[in-house]
Order: sequence, then structure tokens, then C-alpha cells
Amino acid sequence: MFTSATVITLIQRAIMQGIPILYGSTGEILTEKSGHLNLGIPGIMYVGGISGVIGSFLYENSLPSRDAINPFLAVMIPLICSIVGSLLMGLIYCFLTVTLRANQNVTGLALTTFGVGFGNFFGASLVKLTNSEVPSVTLTNTSRFFRASLPFADKLGWFGQIFLSYGFMTYLAIAIAFIAAYFLKKTRRGLYLRSVGENPATADAAGINVNRYKYTATCVGSVIAGLGGLFYVMDYATGVWSNEGFGDRGWLAIALVIFAIWKPNFAVPGSIVFGGLYIVYLFINGLPMRTAELFKMLPYVVTIIVLIFTSVRKKRENLPPASLGISYFREER
Amino acid sequence: MAVPAIELKGVTKRFGHVVANKNVDLVVNRGEILAILGENGSGKTTLMNMISGIYYPDEGQIFIDGEETQIRSPKDAFAHRIGMIHQHFKLIDLFSATENVILGINNGKKYNIKEAEKQVREITDRYGFILDPQKKIYDMSVSEKQTVEIIKVLYRGADILILDEPTAVLTPQETEKLFAVLRRMREDGKSIIIITHKLHEVLAISDRVSVLRKGEYIATVNTADTDESQLTEMMVGKKISLNIERTDPKEPTDRLEVRGVSCEDSMGVRVLEDVTFTARGGEILGIAGIAGSGQRELLEAIAGLQNTSTGDILYHNPDDGQTVDLRHKTPTEIRELGVRLSFVPEDRLGMGLVGNMDIIDNMMLRSYKKGRSVFLARKEPRGLAEKVINELEVVTPGATTPVRRLSGGNVQKVLVGREIASQPKVLMAAYPVRGLDINSSYLIYNLLTKQKENGTAVIFVGEDLDVLIELCDRILVLNSGRITGIVDGRTANKEEIGLLMTKTAHGTEAKTDAHS
Repeated sequence: MFTSATVITLIQRAIMQGIPILYGSTGEILTEKSGHLNLGIPGIMYVGGISGVIGSFLYENSLPSRDAINPFLAVMIPLICSIVGSLLMGLIYCFLTVTLRANQNVTGLALTTFGVGFGNFFGASLVKLTNSEVPSVTLTNTSRFFRASLPFADKLGWFGQIFLSYGFMTYLAIAIAFIAAYFLKKTRRGLYLRSVGENPATADAAGINVNRYKYTATCVGSVIAGLGGLFYVMDYATGVWSNEGFGDRGWLAIALVIFAIWKPNFAVPGSIVFGGLYIVYLFINGLPMRTAELFKMLPYVVTIIVLIFTSVRKKRENLPPASLGISYFREER
Repeated sequence: MAVPAIELKGVTKRFGHVVANKNVDLVVNRGEILAILGENGSGKTTLMNMISGIYYPDEGQIFIDGEETQIRSPKDAFAHRIGMIHQHFKLIDLFSATENVILGINNGKKYNIKEAEKQVREITDRYGFILDPQKKIYDMSVSEKQTVEIIKVLYRGADILILDEPTAVLTPQETEKLFAVLRRMREDGKSIIIITHKLHEVLAISDRVSVLRKGEYIATVNTADTDESQLTEMMVGKKISLNIERTDPKEPTDRLEVRGVSCEDSMGVRVLEDVTFTARGGEILGIAGIAGSGQRELLEAIAGLQNTSTGDILYHNPDDGQTVDLRHKTPTEIRELGVRLSFVPEDRLGMGLVGNMDIIDNMMLRSYKKGRSVFLARKEPRGLAEKVINELEVVTPGATTPVRRLSGGNVQKVLVGREIASQPKVLMAAYPVRGLDINSSYLIYNLLTKQKENGTAVIFVGEDLDVLIELCDRILVLNSGRITGIVDGRTANKEEIGLLMTKTAHGTEAKTDAHS
């Protein structure tokens, strides 16, 4: 039942589905390596998306005509807006959990609720401004720059289709994941960051500025995750923002962290597997709606299986950072 | 006279209402070993933490090489070539020895783990340590972990080393090795500060001794000019007898019979093998052994917390003369059988008490099943709590203070006090004086002796062989889960027991846990 054409489409769509999750996951891994479990990731990705949409919307509407768009600004404005939006979210999380030492789970969940509400509020506002019939904001003019692939990609057959047919943010996601993996494993600062997440008291005694590492890792992680939201709107959804369209991708990103056993380089193939599992129901003919929903569970089922395996084997290297979720206060007795 | 390496003047540190250090003066010279001696809670560790930048003094001045210096963070301390080896190791289990050693060092050089491993090897060779730089911490024994800690500060070029109770977790043989290394460092011109409350070690290793008492600086004396009784007097403020009063057992009767007990831990490793002994009412049975030789498992097996694979645990009830088997029974079932068993576990705040609850509530943990009403009857436990506080001299703002706010010694007093209050027929205590000062230690020893005189079978797991020999009627030696000997406490000597503890352990060095 699978022809080579459908296999290629499946792979393409799996990658497209996987990339937002990969962004979120890489960001969350960096954050968790500092000992902070940021359950605000779904909200942060949402804010990353809507911030880019707001910037892009204002830019597009300030143009005299459709063709007056400047490709550089069309990419940079939403990118910077997205980074600022998710950075602010990251700073809120840090201030609450690092400086004030609030409970991380509660803070994260609150941030997710806040982020989704924030996104829906401004999404609905923009829809109102456009006086559109449909409840969505369309930014196709901007989106084409995000989706532009290499001009010769079509001429290379299946190879071009599978590997070269995506926008720049796809490659950026993979590059960031591998850079993060290299950073964690091979650099001094990566070693320090891991030590903060394993045992902050030890890191502190060794002269490492624990709070600075926590802040930096969480904020950089939030920005990376926010890019996932931007990719979703601008590339995957072809520039169309509709409220709740982002779905549960943020939670998938957090599940992928476990699936990839806290290694960003594992998250790259992991995200494609997740993406594939998430949409595989579309490729099974005659699947009724209710069964399709069951298939969407697959990534979570796989995550639980991975969790069981790593817990049973108890290899120390595959466990979460030892002080994940625990606030650190130096003079506590 | 040369300028001292470190000089403290009038240093004071408070934690809330508790004054941990009050007006302390201290001098450390180059090329000497200074011992800091003091009871628990006398502020030794707090004082050292201020020198190593963990805490910041509220008042007073610190001079390094004659210049007034602010040590605001561990980083500052490193910059002044001060390194501290903490009592609880500050190591990251997941990292290798070398990764732990280079943690926090920014020397501007490129990150190169191979180069660092080479440097670690150079240090180990120079001072005679034995260590594999690539070994992960979670695979290491306690003494290896301590080696990593020492190399860590040497790698940073420390000239002033502070060791916080370094021998607490070591066997006599390992302690000797450590002392040899410390002497080599002294010859190298380094200043070494060693915190301890073991008097014979102070006399063995130090050049001078500074004594703290209840956070206050008492005096500094040359080790050559002093002796145990003078130091004890300085430490506790009044002369106390170093001898534990050991009464002869009165009509010892067999109370608890352990026959051929073996058990495995969760990884399937055999931790107890064919353990057979009898604990008698009216005597104290000591258990000696290197940490992690199966002491914990043995006590937990008796208390009904550890599954055993073979063997019997028989309890002879002195009230009705009946014998019951405690094997495979839960603590509740054991209590319902009328067995009066008390257990003071080594993990005080983990297994013994609830840190966030106050002393009264912790007293109730033992008796909550007696209540019939839906409401808590606090009156009786309050009385008990106050009795324990008074009799055992627990230092606390009140009976309603959360237990975790108390110092380690006081936590232990609360726990022992509660367990003894239930008038047990078998009392098991694992390291009941660990981290306690001399005064409180003797209080505990006397309590145990009193229990013995009342006809209780006391099982005492200890680490200080001197104490075991002075306190116990018989001493059982565990070695990698096997009994290698049961000796008479009145005739045994340290060397004999030390040998029994280690003799078969060659080559397969016992893995030990650092938690305490």
C-alpha cells in the first residue's frame, strides 16, 4: 500500500511535524540540564508564535503594496519579535523559580495557561482587525520567505525532496540541536551547566555561578522553544494563525525530552519519529475519525515505554538531571 | 615570627537566633597542621565555611598573609589558594574523577579533558594517592571519593587545605594512609586545617590544636604540650570521665536469635550471608564493620524492613516465655505479636523522624495507632517531648520547632529519646552518636547502658572502635555481609577488631555508601 511517493511524503510530513517539537525539546533539554523543569514550554512556544505573527502582521500592514515587501525585514521582524516574546516568558519563569524559588511545576503550568491565553487573545484581536470572514490571520506574503527552499531542490529527485525541500528554519532546528549536544558534551561551559543540574551545591562550592547558569540556560532554552512556535505558524501552517491551531505540540516537546533521554542529538531523529507517529493515521486508508485520535496517542505511548526501559535499566547516564525540579538556596541548613 | 597564612579576628556568624560562631580568633601558619577541636554544634564547620566562602561572616575580619581580605564566594577562596574538603562530599556522581576536579576552573586555557587527566595523574603520583582519573564517582568507595576531593583542591593550587572530619568514614588503615599524605603535604609547605572530634587523631597528626566551645574560641595549644584530658576539659568546659561505666550483665537471657540469615539487595548482590548470632537481654551487643558491610540490612531485617532469603529471626518473649519468628513480618505485625522492638536508624531524618514536623508530632509517630478519637491527643506526646528535651538536653527554641531546624546531634537526641520512651525489650541503634559531640555521645552511651541494666537486649552499631570496646559486652564483626568474629568487649583490642573488619576484603574493596 506504500508507494515510494507516499513514503517520501510521509517522511517530508514527519519532518515538518517534527521540527516544532524539536525546537521545543532542545530548549527544554537545555533548561532541564540546569535543574529546572519548565512545564511552561507549551505556553512559551505559543507566545513565540503569536509574537512573530504580531510583528509580521504590523509589518505587512504598513506596506504600501504586496510587492513592496523586503525579504530581509520580512524574516527578521517576526524572528526578533518571537525571540523577544519567548525571552520575556523565560525571564518570568526564571524570576519566579530561580530568584524567588517558587515551585517549578506550578509556575510552569501557570505560564502555559498564561501563554495560551495571551496567544488566543492577540490572535483574536488580529482577526478582528482584518475584518476577515474566517477566524484566522493570514500572512502568506511573509510565509513564502520562511518556506523558500533551495532553487535546485526539485531537480534532485527523491534526494532533493527528502533532504532539501524545506525552509531555512528546519535546518536551523537541526543545527541548534547538534550544537546544543556538542555544547553539553564537549565544552567547559556545558560541563558546568550539567553540574548545576546534577548538584547545584557542588557546582556552587566549585565557584560556578549557579543562578547565572540557571537563568542563561532557561532563557536560551525558552528562546529556542519559542522559535518552534514561529516555525509552526510561518512554515508549517504557511503563515496562517488560528487560535488553538498549535495543539498539543508543546507537550509532545516535553515528552520528546524523555524519549531522547536528555540528549539533543537524540532529539533530532526522535522528533522525526514523533512527527511520523503523529500523522501516520493520515496514511492509513479508511481510518475512522475516532481511531485516528487513538493513533495520535502513539508518541506518548512510545515515551512511556522509553521511560519504563530507562527506569528498569537504571543506567545513571540516562536518568534525568539529579536535582531536576529542586530549588537551590545556598545558606539552607 | 612569620606572617600567618590565615588570621581570623572577632568573627561572628548567626543563623536566625542561633549564634553559630561568636567572636572567634584563629591563626594558621604555613607548613603546619592545625586541628580544630570542638563538640558538635560548636561551630567548627561554620567557621571553616566562612574561610572557604560558603558563608559570609556577620562581623569580624579575615587576614590572609597579613592583609585584610573579604571572602565572598568559593571563587574568592580559590583565588586566595584556600581549598576545603567537606564532610559531605561535594562531588557530582555522574561525572568522572577528572571532570569533578576541573569543575569551576576557568584558567583561560582550552577545554581539554585528556590534558586534565594527565595533570590529575601527576598529582596522584606526587603525593601517593591511588586513583583512576576516568572512574565515575558513583563507582567509587568513600575513600576514593575523598581522594578526589583532596585532588580537587590540590589541582587548584591550594596552599591552605581545610578537611572537615576527614576520618569519619574511613577505616583505621585508610586513616593512616590519609595521615601519611597529609604529612607529605605539610613537608611541601602547605597549611592544613583538620576538623575532628577524635582526640587520638588530634594528638597523632596535628602540630597545634585550637578549641571551640559552643561557637566561642577557647584557646590554642601546642599538641606536644597537651594530652587527652586537658583537651577534653577545654572542649566541654568541665572534666568528664572518659571511661564509660560498663556494668556486668545481670543474668543474661537469650532474647533475639538470628540463625543463618542471608539477603540480597535490589540489584541481586548478596549483602548478608549466613549471619548467626544471639542477642541477650541485659547486655550490649556491638556490631563493628566498615560502613556498608551489611549492618543496615541486618538491623532492617530484624525490624521487618528488609526481605531475607533464608534463615530465622527468633524472638523469645520475656513476658510470656513464648518464641516467635519475626521473619517476613512487617513492623506492624511484629508489634502486634507483642514484640517490643525499637530501632534507631542511621538515616535520622529519612527513616527516623519527619523533618518538617515538630518534636511533639514526631513523638506521636510512634504511638498514633493508640488513639481512638478522630482528633489528635497532643497532651501526652507533649509531655513526652518536654521530658526528652529536658532529660537529653536538646537545644531547641521549643517543643513546636520543626525537627529539621535542629542540629544533627539534637535531632538524634529526639529520636533516641522517643525510642527509649517506649520501653523496648530489644533496642537497636545504628550509629546513634554519629555527628554528636562528646557530651551528648556519653549521654547516649549512658542511656544504652541504663537500658541494658533494665534487661533490654541492646544492639549497637558503631564506628568508633574505642567506644565499641568500652561500651559493649560482646562485639560482632561484620565483613562484607559475613560475621568474621564475635569478641568479648572486655578483652578485645582495636587491632584485633580492625583486622577482622578488613582481612578478607583485600582485592575486592568493599563498596560503601557515603550517606549518613
